[in-house]
Formats: sequence, structure tokens, C-alpha cells
Amino acid sequence: MYAVRLWSVRHARGLNLFYKTFEKAMIGLHPLWNKIGYDKLEKPFEVTEKAVKGFLFDCQMCGQCALSSTGMSCPMNCPKNLRNGPCGGVRANGHCEVKPEMKCVWVQAWAGAERMAGSRPVKAGADAIVDVQKPVDNSIKGKSSWLRVVRMTKQIGEFAPKPPKKPAAKPAAPAAASETAKTEGKAA
Amino acid sequence: MNQDLPPHWDPGAPLPQKAGHSSQGRLERVLRSGRFAVTAELNPPDSADPREVYERALVLSEVCDAINATDASGANVHMSSVGICSLLTRAGYAVIMQISCRDRNRIAIQGDVLGASAMGVQNILCLTGDGVQAGDQPQAKPVFDFDSTSLLECIRGMRDKGQFLSGRKITTPPRVFLGAAANPFAPPYEYRGVHIAKKINAGAQFIQTQYCYDVPLLKSFMAQVREQGLHEKAFFLVGVGPLPSAKTARWMRSNVPGVHIPDAVIERVEKAKDQKAEGKRLCVDLIQEISEIEGVAGVHVMAYRQEEYVSEIIQASDIMKNRQPRRAPRPAPETEPAGAVNETITAA
Repeated sequence: MYAVRLWSVRHARGLNLFYKTFEKAMIGLHPLWNKIGYDKLEKPFEVTEKAVKGFLFDCQMCGQCALSSTGMSCPMNCPKNLRNGPCGGVRANGHCEVKPEMKCVWVQAWAGAERMAGSRPVKAGADAIVDVQKPVDNSIKGKSSWLRVVRMTKQIGEFAPKPPKKPAAKPAAPAAASETAKTEGKAA
Repeated sequence: MNQDLPPHWDPGAPLPQKAGHSSQGRLERVLRSGRFAVTAELNPPDSADPREVYERALVLSEVCDAINATDASGANVHMSSVGICSLLTRAGYAVIMQISCRDRNRIAIQGDVLGASAMGVQNILCLTGDGVQAGDQPQAKPVFDFDSTSLLECIRGMRDKGQFLSGRKITTPPRVFLGAAANPFAPPYEYRGVHIAKKINAGAQFIQTQYCYDVPLLKSFMAQVREQGLHEKAFFLVGVGPLPSAKTARWMRSNVPGVHIPDAVIERVEKAKDQKAEGKRLCVDLIQEISEIEGVAGVHVMAYRQEEYVSEIIQASDIMKNRQPRRAPRPAPETEPAGAVNETITAA
């Protein structure tokens, strides 16, 4: 809901602090999640996350939540899905070029980031809003971002460290190269 | 690259690449040598006739270091930027290919970047793109797979790491000078400087701004730029353009996304006897005022359907006084022997 979304930006600092605590708890509960199985958890988490974040932020379930980097203003509500800042079309009253009745998601995002920063100015190195976001991964749309964060932190599932490819071949290649270099050197 | 190929195989007729340069183009050379650069926008034809492109390029080339090929700006269909660049590079013009994120996804865009570089495009401007609602076909599906910042980062990766977004290797990476757009004249004003820093971090080497008709706003933006030292990391080219009449100015202000024209400016044009002449004079005045702002490296002239005035405006503004004059424009390419291409490129 639009009004709730604006409320959430006004309370960005509190919501972000709450989320940080929630995230820690989620990661802490990893043994439990693991016991149940992440695959089994996916569906109920998707439903819950959609309900909660849908209500608070008009969340679009992109599956790779950026709210902490966007002042608690969901960038997927931008008609251009911009995840790195406003476009050049923002109207003089701070409203959206495409939807004139809506406040620009990124004007809101900066306002939220200011609240998250508190008394100091928003700046690089201190605030996530200045970090460059990657393009959206469309293959995980609709999935739970909360579970993804846990899997990412615990390095499980798709985030598990990949075994090195052909472990025997890798060290052999440079050795062979230096061998040829030596022989070439001798020949010269 | 391509040193051993006969000239007609290498349509862009690139200059030898200097150390520390990203491209083999003229624009990067002019900017890095500290000279005041001029770029201009070519209005794309609603036609399949190449002569319409060449005629417009010819009049711009007298004063331009590079010509911008727009990518369906305002979400209106015109000849594509890839098509225009293909025509212009084969005639030896330096171009800035604009890529908008509105119409193509990441697969199409990365392919276009390789194709562009292969045909001699040395400069790419990464844009978000106007919303489809602004154009003549609002029923279209907006793509926006990238945004301008993630697009910059992707192309920089292609150039510097030699790999696609997926990590797959590129055998000969594109050599391009990367640009981004800024609009200091739209909210959130106080964060436009931080936002442009983000684009520069993602790979922008030059910046072209939206039309500037409000110098105080530009000055406050440039102050944010200097405060962060961004003018030493990227070259800022400020957008300017002659207003043909007060009526058009009002229309632009309410219909073209992101264009801000103060009332005082429109009144100045409206009060004049000859509105068109006053529009040009205003543009000359703006260029002179803008060129004196610290950190401004050039101007970008957007003269919609008025290309014929660009040369006159630039010469009247006297900003080229420290530049070697370009040779007189040559006739359209089809009447010119192929050998003339290299001479024009080195004339700057």
C-alpha cells in the first residue's frame, strides 16, 4: 500500500535496525533450517515474506532484496526498475516521470538513507546507497530473499564454495609452461 | 588491432591508441589533452535514406569532436543508433553511440557493444532511457533489464576484464570510452553529485548533461562535483541547445522528460522581436557562461531540428578560439574517394 510504503521510508532507521536483528536471528537459526531442509522452507518463507514486505514496502519479490541499500524504498516499484539511483526524468515536485501521481522511489530512497545515516551526511564507504548494485537476477524472482541471505552467509546450496576445477591439471600447466620457457632460454 | 588490415576493412579508421587511453577515438584525445570539447546530437531520421544521416552529420562535423547517435530518445521510433553509427563510422566520423536500457535486454546490448566496437564506434553513452509513456508508442513493453549504472559496469568489464557479464571470455575486447548522463536540473538536487559519483565508480569516463537553462543549478551541481574531486576522474560536458521559440520552450518543458526551463528564460525569448535569433543568442550566452565554470570540459549541443545552426552558435561563442580550426566540411561520402576518410579524422 502506497501510504504504508511512505511510512516505512519515514521509519527507515528503525526498520533497518529491526531487520539487522532479524537477520542475525535467521542466520543463528541455521541449524534448525538445515534440519528441516531449505527446499521445504522455501514455499512458506516466500508466502510470509511476500505478506510482510508486501504490506510494508509494496515488495515485488525480486528475490534479491536491496531495501537496506535503498533507504527502505523498494526500487522495484520504480517503473524503470532502477536499482542504482533516479533517472533524469524526475519531476520538479519530486514525483515520477512515468507515474505522475507517485513520489519518485529514488527521491524517497535518499530521504530514507538520510534517516538511516542519522545526524551525519550520507557518504561513500559508510552508506550502502552509494554502492553499485548488480543487474537483477531474473532467475530468482519470487524466491525468498531472507533464506537466500542465510544460505549466502553460511555458504550452502548455490553459494557453497565450488571445488577447484581439475585440481591436478592447474598446477601442472604453469610448470609445463616454465619448462618450455627454460628449454627456450637454453636454446637461445 | 587491425593494423594489418586494408583501411576499408576497418570502417572506423581508428587513431593509434595512446598509453592510458581506453579508446582509439578523437573525443578521448581532445578531452585528455585538456582542450574544450564540443559534441552534438544528430537528429535521427524517420527514413531509410542514408543521405539524411550524412547531410545532418556534415553540418555538425565542422565544429564537433564527436556526434551523438540517439537511441529512440523520448521513446519515439527513429533510425536506430546502431544504424546511424554504422553509416557514420564508415564515412570516418567520430560517434558517440547512445545505448538506452529501455528497449533491449542484457543479451542484445552486450552483442551490440561488440558489434559497435567492431565497426569503429569509440564512444558509448549509457542511458536509462525515457519511459515508453513519453513516446509515440506507449503500448510498448519497457525492458529495463539493466539500469545505466549496471550497464556501465558491464561494458567496463567487457573492455577491461575481457569478459561478458556471465564471465565468458571475449577474444578481442571492445575499446570504448564510456559515458553517462547527468541531470542536475531534476530532484533530488542535493544528491545528484553523489549519484554521478556512483556512475563514475561504475565506469563513466565522460558525462553529458541534460539541457542547461538554469546556470545557478548547474553551478551548485558542479560545486558538488568539485567537492568530491569528480572533475578529475571524468570529463563533464554540459548540454545546451537553442530554443526556436517561446512556444516550443513551453512545450518542451511540459512534454520532454527531465527538461527544466526557468520562466525568466522563456520570457527573454518571448519578448524578442525575432524569437529564433534570440534563442541562438541565449544559447551562445549560456555556452560562454558555462565554459567558465571550473570543472566543465566541454559542451554538448542538442539542437533539435536545427543542426544547421550548431556551427554558427559554436563559432559565435568563441570557445573554439584555442583550437585549431577544422577544415571545411567535405561533400557527402558517395561523391568522395575512399582515401579522404583518414584526413578528416586527423584534422582535429
